[in-house]
Formats: sequence, structure tokens, C-alpha cells
Amino acid sequence: MAASRADARMPAALTSGRLGPLMSLFYQYGPPRWSRYVRENWSGQRVVIAVPFLWLLLFFVVPFLIVFKLSFSEVRVAMPPYAPLFEWLEEGRRLVATLDLGNYAYLLTDSLYANTFLYSIKVAAISTLLALLIGYPMAYAIARSGPTARNLFLMLIILPFWTSFLLRVYAWIGLLKTDGVINSVLLSMGVIDRPLTLLYTDFAVYVGIVYSYLPFMILPLYSNLEKHDLTLLEAAADLGARPIRAFLSVTLPLSMPGVVAGCLLVFIPAVGEFVIPSLLGRSDQLMIGKVLSDEFFANRDWPVASAVAIVLLLLLLLPILLFQRYQNQELAAARR
Amino acid sequence: MAEKSVDRSSEYVRIEGVTRRFGDFVAVDNVSLSIYKGEIFCLLGGSGCGKTTLLRMLAGFESPTSGRILIDGQDMADTPPYERPVNMMFQSYALFPHMSVERNVAFGLEQEGLSKGEIARRVGEMLDIVKLGEFARRKPHQLSGGQRQRVALARALVKRPKLLLLDEPLGALDRKLREHTQFELINLQEQLGVTFIVVTHDQEEAMTLASRIGVMNKGQIVQVGTPVDIYEFPNSRFVADFIGSVNMFEGQLAEDEPGYVRIRCPDLEAPVFISHGISAAPDARVSVAIRPEKISMTRESPAGTENRAVGTVKEIAYMGDMSVYLVRLDSGRMVRVTIPNVERHDERIVWEERVHLSWDPSSPVVLSQ
Repeated sequence: MAASRADARMPAALTSGRLGPLMSLFYQYGPPRWSRYVRENWSGQRVVIAVPFLWLLLFFVVPFLIVFKLSFSEVRVAMPPYAPLFEWLEEGRRLVATLDLGNYAYLLTDSLYANTFLYSIKVAAISTLLALLIGYPMAYAIARSGPTARNLFLMLIILPFWTSFLLRVYAWIGLLKTDGVINSVLLSMGVIDRPLTLLYTDFAVYVGIVYSYLPFMILPLYSNLEKHDLTLLEAAADLGARPIRAFLSVTLPLSMPGVVAGCLLVFIPAVGEFVIPSLLGRSDQLMIGKVLSDEFFANRDWPVASAVAIVLLLLLLLPILLFQRYQNQELAAARR
Repeated sequence: MAEKSVDRSSEYVRIEGVTRRFGDFVAVDNVSLSIYKGEIFCLLGGSGCGKTTLLRMLAGFESPTSGRILIDGQDMADTPPYERPVNMMFQSYALFPHMSVERNVAFGLEQEGLSKGEIARRVGEMLDIVKLGEFARRKPHQLSGGQRQRVALARALVKRPKLLLLDEPLGALDRKLREHTQFELINLQEQLGVTFIVVTHDQEEAMTLASRIGVMNKGQIVQVGTPVDIYEFPNSRFVADFIGSVNMFEGQLAEDEPGYVRIRCPDLEAPVFISHGISAAPDARVSVAIRPEKISMTRESPAGTENRAVGTVKEIAYMGDMSVYLVRLDSGRMVRVTIPNVERHDERIVWEERVHLSWDPSSPVVLSQ
């Protein structure tokens, strides 16, 4: 009915033609009221959420899609070094997509990839475990110390970030090499009579990763442990639990969200790490991050490098999802 | 509860000259106290009076700077909390948030190394006593405040302690639930024969729960006695003022005989006559304390020339069961009087009415400190 009334007032010339339906809507409801739309839908909360949302869209989702598309292309000696995925044939009348799964198949045929994947996961897992074993007592001590000491300790944990990451890894070369600081001290003390081979070993990689990522283990653990209600430990003692039992049955389970957060924050970047293993690690055993960068820069095989990146991402997605589940649980627990 | 007899021969806790300092601050100052088997002893005082510190020393979370604590004849100096024959119910309840009600209650028994069957049996029994059987599998955050309080109680009592320490046990409950829980607590205590030491700042709570009350002020115990003793015979201005409300008149001893005393108060025209002797120096400055419910208020002048005053009603607060009147004496002094509302339609005294106040010679308490 409303439409017919609007039609009556509308010049017939406008309703004919391709924009006719749009024009009749315009006449029926008036011009679009942007200000009202904005007022009703753009709450402050939405705007605040929109900022990180756009950030992730621009710098994570879009690059991911580009890499995803690249992984299905064919390598070419050209500029850019890959075949286009979509092609217009017959003067733009037919669009042809050439999906090449060969890059993924290639990852399976060459044992180098499976080997480096597994090695990377092993290195990351061991480093994470070591970081947890070292980081937990440190986080616990900081959380239980007095307010002045606590701020000092937190400063000391964060202080290394003020120096370049690369410089700090290079410093470890100076410490670990055959005529380096550690060997010289041990030799002069007479603990050893021949220098130890420390550099370019798995050990050096663990040292480097644990050292570099330890703050990422300590900080989430600290922020969890610091919130604990200490009367729970008093209650446990009152009920007959010795301090170790009280720790195992009260503090440890309550700190699990912090443990999980810390472990993921160390494990995920450690899997893809390539600076530390290439500076400190063995030359005969690559990590997947190194393979990835070599494919991109040395081989200029962007499609295979993209396929490596996609597989790595999918393998890491699982721990990220687990992390999010734990985080949600912690949030739910904090809200009660 | 007040009349409950205490067997003085069975001392269970003995606190000997205990002092606790935190830096320059003396939280507990030379306290000596005996607590007997099967009683409910309330430590009553305002915040910061040291009552909680004293309780925490009994539990073993603090140690005395000097003095001794004996529980069942054993010096507790070197006994850590997890070895004391004592359990505590925390003010915040301190329930383990990651454990179900059942697991919370079982925790203490697990530490004793009992068999699984025995633990399950005792936990079930205890949950039935506190009427939480159907909530066994819930987590603490799924319970109401009153239910959490009962879990905390069950968790402490399932260990069958001889002494239970309760820190503001009813503090977090609303008024109705509080009253109900008070009587539940007393029933439980009688049923299980446990000695309770309760810390509270709420005098009403102390009055209903306790067989004896220890009033604390600035780290010291100022008076120990049954609720009746504490209310009717306070030994100091602090106690008289802290417990209930009181009208306090400064005065001077005019006549001091073994059988009676007469006191002149500047705020009262007529002298105060008290029908029992007191121990104070002649001409000493004393305070006369009269409870508001012990004053009668009439329109007609009462007989006699003593224990009376005249004034004007300035405020009336109707409380349902009784009414509180604030009367301004001709000296300008305000006096508080409470009158029970016995009848529904009596001719109540109204604002600005002239009234006569009087009291029995046995009612006032003379306080010299």
C-alpha cells in the first residue's frame, strides 16, 4: 500500500529504467539516514573492538589469504616468481583457475620437510619444558616477594628487551664458543682440561631459545600466581597438608591457566624460530623456520615456501585453539 | 545460652602472657586466658583490637612474640599449623575453588591417610549434618553464601577437631540467615561436643552464641564473663559502652557506705542512690551507667526524691518490638530510653511531651575506670 502511494507521487520517468526499483525505495523511505544508523549501531564498545579487528584483518587475514593463494601456484622463473592462479582466457570471457596441489605433495615426498617439522617440534617442546621448569619457581618467588622487590624483579625480567634480540643471541656465541667465556672459566678453574663443544649443538639452541623466551613464560605465570588467595594455603595447612602437599593440590592446579598460557607463548614462536638455530645450532639439522626462509630467499620458490607456512600454521592452530579454550575458562572463573 | 554451665576443671586452651608485636605495633598485649572443654568462647572487640591475631596464633599462622599457648596441656610453640589438633573456619571461608564441595570436605581426611571408603563415609555423614548432601558435586562458586558457610564448617568439622576456631563465622550472611545459622551452630556444637572459639565484632552474635565472652580492646582482654555478666556488670566504661547502649553520667561520690552509695551528677538534679556498696576512694570521680531499658518514663511525677529526672521528648524511633526515645533533660543532657511496645493502642508519649524518668536503685552501675 505504501508503495502504491509512493508510486503515485513519483514521476514515472524515474521508476522506469535500471535504477527504477532503487528510486522507488528512495521515495518510499526517504534518503538513507546515516546519522541515525551510526547512532544506533556504533556503540563505543563496537568502535573499540573494530580497531584490533581491522588490524588483524589487514595484517593477518589479508597476508594469510595471499600466502594461501600462493601455495597453490606453480613456481616460475619470472617476476613475480610464480604462475598466476587465475587467468582470463578468450579475451576476458572465461576465467580459468589453475590449482596446483603439487607444492603440498612435494612437502610429503621430500623427507627434509617432515624431518625438520618433527625436529622443530621436538626442540620447541623441550625448550618449553625447560622454560617452565626454570620459569615457574622464578614467577612463584616474584609473586610472593614484597612489593618493592617484586617491581625490581619484574624490571629485571623485562630489561633484556631493551637490547636487540639479535645482539643477545650473538652474545651467546661469545659465551659458548670453544675459546669463549664459559670454556675459559672452566679451564682456568681446572674443572675441565679440554674445551667443551658447546656452540653449534642442540644444547646451544635450547640455551638460546630458553633464554630468549623465558620472560614469555614468567610473565603470564606471575600474573596468575600473584592473584592467588593465600588464605587457601592457610586453609590447606589447617586441614593437615604439609607445604608441598598444599602446593601440589592447591597452588599448582589453580595456576594451570598461567602454565598453559606461558607454554603456548614459548612453544608457538619456538617452533618457527630460525634466528637462534641458524646462529647457534647444528649445520646438519635445520629447523622449519630456516627451511621456510631458505625457500623464500635462497631458492625463490615462493609457492613451496607458502605451502610450508600454511602447514606450519595449521599445525600450530591446534595449540592456539587450546590456549583460547583455557583463556575462556580462566575468564569465566574470574567473573564469578 | 548464657546460663550454660562451664566445667571449670577441664581447661583445654591456656594462653599465658601472650604478646604479639608487628614492628612497633602491639597487636596482642600480654593476654592470659583459659578456655574450657565444650564451651563457646567469643572474642569480642572492634576492628584492630587484636582478636583475629590471637585466633591466628591459636591456629599457628602467627607465633607469639612472647608468652606461651598450650592446647590440651601441650606447648604449641614448635607445632606447625598442619600438626595442631585445631581446625579453623575462615572469615572468607577459603574454599578451594577448583574442587567440588565433596572434595573440599574430603581434603582434610585425605591428609590423614584414611582409606577411600572411610573418607567417603565421613564426608557423606558430615554433608548430611550440614544439609548439603545434594550439593556434593557442585563447585563453591555455584553455591549461595549460606551454603558456602556450611561447606566451610563441614570441612573444618569433618576432621573431628577438639577445638574449632571461627573467624567472624556469620559475617558474610544476611540478617535472617544469620539468626538461623546461629542456632544451627549452637546445636552442632552441642551435638559434637567441640570447643568453639569465635572471633566477632558483632555483640549480638557474641551474646547469642557464647557461653563466655572475652571483650578485647587495644590488644588486651578487658573483661571475661558470661553474656549476663558482661551486659549487667561491665567492669569499665569501655565495656559498658561497647556492649549495647548506655547512658553514662559523670559524677562524684557523695556518700559511701558499705550498704549503699549516693552520687551527685552535674547532669542530674536529683542524686543517684545505689542500693549496694562499691569499692572506690571517697570523693572519687566515677561514672554512673544506666541501660536505656532500665529507665521508666511516665507523664506523672514518680514518688521519692532520688533516681529521677525531668525532660522533654526530642526524638522517637519506632522499632516494632520497642521504641527508642531521646529525652533532653533540663540540664541539656540527652538520655536514651527504650520502652517495649506491649500494647498496640496505648496512649503513647509523643514529641515535645514533658516526661519524668526514674529507675530502680539496683539498676545503675558505678564505674571508676
